[in-house]
Amino acid sequence: MNKYTLALIVNNHAGVLSKISGLFTRRGYNIDSLSVGTIEEENLSRMTIVFNGDEQSFEQVKKQFHKLIDVIKILDLSAEPAVFRELILVKVAVTTSNKRDLIDLVNIYRGKIIDLNKKSLIIELTGDQEKIDAFIDLIKTYEIKELVRTGFTGLLR
Amino acid sequence: MKASTAIVNFLESEGVKTIFGYPGGAVLPIFESLSQSSINHVLVRHEQGAIHAASGYALSSDTTGVCIATSGPGATNLITGIANAYMDSIPVVIITGQVATNIIGYDSFQEADIIGASEPFTKHNYLIRDISTLGEVFKNAFHIANSGRKGPVLIDIPINIQNADFKGDYPQSVDISGYKPTIHGNPYQIKLAHKKIINSKRPLLCIGSGILLSHSRKELRAFVDATNIPVLHTLKGKGAFDESREEYVGMIGSHGHHYSNEIIKNSDLLIVIGMSISTRTRANFSIADKNVIHIDIDPAEVGKKIQTSIPIVGDAKEILNELISRDYSTDFSEWHKFIATEKNKNNNYLGKEAFIAKKLGKISNLLDEDAIIVADVGNNQISAAHNLKMNGKRRFITSGGLGTMGFSLPASIGAQMSKRDRQILVVIGDGGFQMVMNELITLFENELNVKILLIDNQSLGMVRDLQKAWYNHTFSVNFKRNPNFEKICEANYISYFDLNIEENISKFLGHPSVALGRINLVGEENE
Repeated sequence: MNKYTLALIVNNHAGVLSKISGLFTRRGYNIDSLSVGTIEEENLSRMTIVFNGDEQSFEQVKKQFHKLIDVIKILDLSAEPAVFRELILVKVAVTTSNKRDLIDLVNIYRGKIIDLNKKSLIIELTGDQEKIDAFIDLIKTYEIKELVRTGFTGLLR
Repeated sequence: MKASTAIVNFLESEGVKTIFGYPGGAVLPIFESLSQSSINHVLVRHEQGAIHAASGYALSSDTTGVCIATSGPGATNLITGIANAYMDSIPVVIITGQVATNIIGYDSFQEADIIGASEPFTKHNYLIRDISTLGEVFKNAFHIANSGRKGPVLIDIPINIQNADFKGDYPQSVDISGYKPTIHGNPYQIKLAHKKIINSKRPLLCIGSGILLSHSRKELRAFVDATNIPVLHTLKGKGAFDESREEYVGMIGSHGHHYSNEIIKNSDLLIVIGMSISTRTRANFSIADKNVIHIDIDPAEVGKKIQTSIPIVGDAKEILNELISRDYSTDFSEWHKFIATEKNKNNNYLGKEAFIAKKLGKISNLLDEDAIIVADVGNNQISAAHNLKMNGKRRFITSGGLGTMGFSLPASIGAQMSKRDRQILVVIGDGGFQMVMNELITLFENELNVKILLIDNQSLGMVRDLQKAWYNHTFSVNFKRNPNFEKICEANYISYFDLNIEENISKFLGHPSVALGRINLVGEENE
């Protein structure tokens, strides 16, 4: 099993997301993450999909996406040099004793604390997979109340 | 102009002469406009009949079939036929009515999400929310349905849109940024394929329905003339190549000729054109060690199920023309000798097959030179495929990929509507017939001179064979009671012939109007 990342440029209208995600379900493919957002061109969106599978099924995935009329362009981000980022938000329980440690940890990872109250704080962090995974590993030693990841997105260099 | 009138005008611009449908509240504006147009509307008795008829129309006329149904149950009744058209790459445009845009999503009366439901088996679908896109959507839908790998395209139109005022024009051309099918084969790959062919000793052509869908029977014939390569076909590829020719070998697949699989084993090169290599097609042979040239319009089919040495994506007609233009000084006479020997070894029918083979053989001899055969699904279909001979002008239409029982009878409505002067023969079992016998009256009502050959074994023959093979008993595959088919015919004003009486066969085929001929399989012939 390999990990592949694809970027799809798709028409930005209702139903396109279900066409894409439905294809994965129908054909029995696994997706690790999927993120969507608008791009510089009007009426188009970009989806970044991290896919797990062997080379043959990856080829099929690409061909099946090509068959969808709403898919305009497919970029294989795993085949060429690319940069990837993901954003996470983590809500962590704070006490007077661990607050300082948490702030240090966030600073080391160049994250931001975007909310703070008596009981918890919310951290925002962006980075590539290695950095995000390492941070989550460390923050687990605290009491995580909620954690959300946006899924990866990337651009070819 | 009222949008419903604009829609009917669009259909006329696309050359649509006949549409198959069933009205309901959410499509009445379109029906109103249809009543004032030149388009012929065939009123079926169930929406499934409409989509199968549109498919039969498309397959026999080589144009796009069109059907129409209302929202909710009307639309959902189409689903089996849409899935069938998708599996068999049949160009159809499906129009469904939808509840008004302001009440979509409220579980309104006769509301169903047909866009979501038809997603897995339409080539593309559209829900029209913005009336300004109406012209573009229709133009694109017809283009998408009948180009590239053909298939069904559904347009869902809310009733308030049908009643609104449309101010645009019908576009003259299409430009869909996400849809540019490859037509011309890669010249380098074609060069490689040519080299492979002239260096092979035991090549085989394996052809599927892609030859028929791309209208390349003439090109295939010319290619075989030039190369002398033996030809095998799939169930759906039947009729793409003249069966009386020396190069004709037979049908492949789980229900193909026994010898075909043996011949494939001995080949050194397979030239696969326009076939999806389904699980049933490659059931009985392995081609892991073969050189394979795979020609298909759909890149996703190439390399999907078998390893391909030379993939060529493009239109079969274009690629065959490219291949024909090259030199072939090949001699495959030894290979032809081997094939002839294999064919003679294992070419006899036994038991019940012999009985039906004799009957169908006689029918095959009596059928018109350009008859259109519409076979259903099951043992009747396989018997038809084995015993009704295709001379190159005849057509063989059936449900292959999805295996939809009850396809043939409604499909014959479409076939006859597109080819009024051709002889149409339906071959159907008693199981499939009982699923769609409500459409008999549609045949009569429209004065369609279809001949229905009912092979009645009082059971689901193919399922029974499978059940016996897998579980060694029969359960729920035999009909304890069948209707009186003669009376069913009488009630629908259709002539009935008992084909167990030999002389009736020619009377049945020569009957001047729609008729049903029944072969009743009993005793030893039905085990």
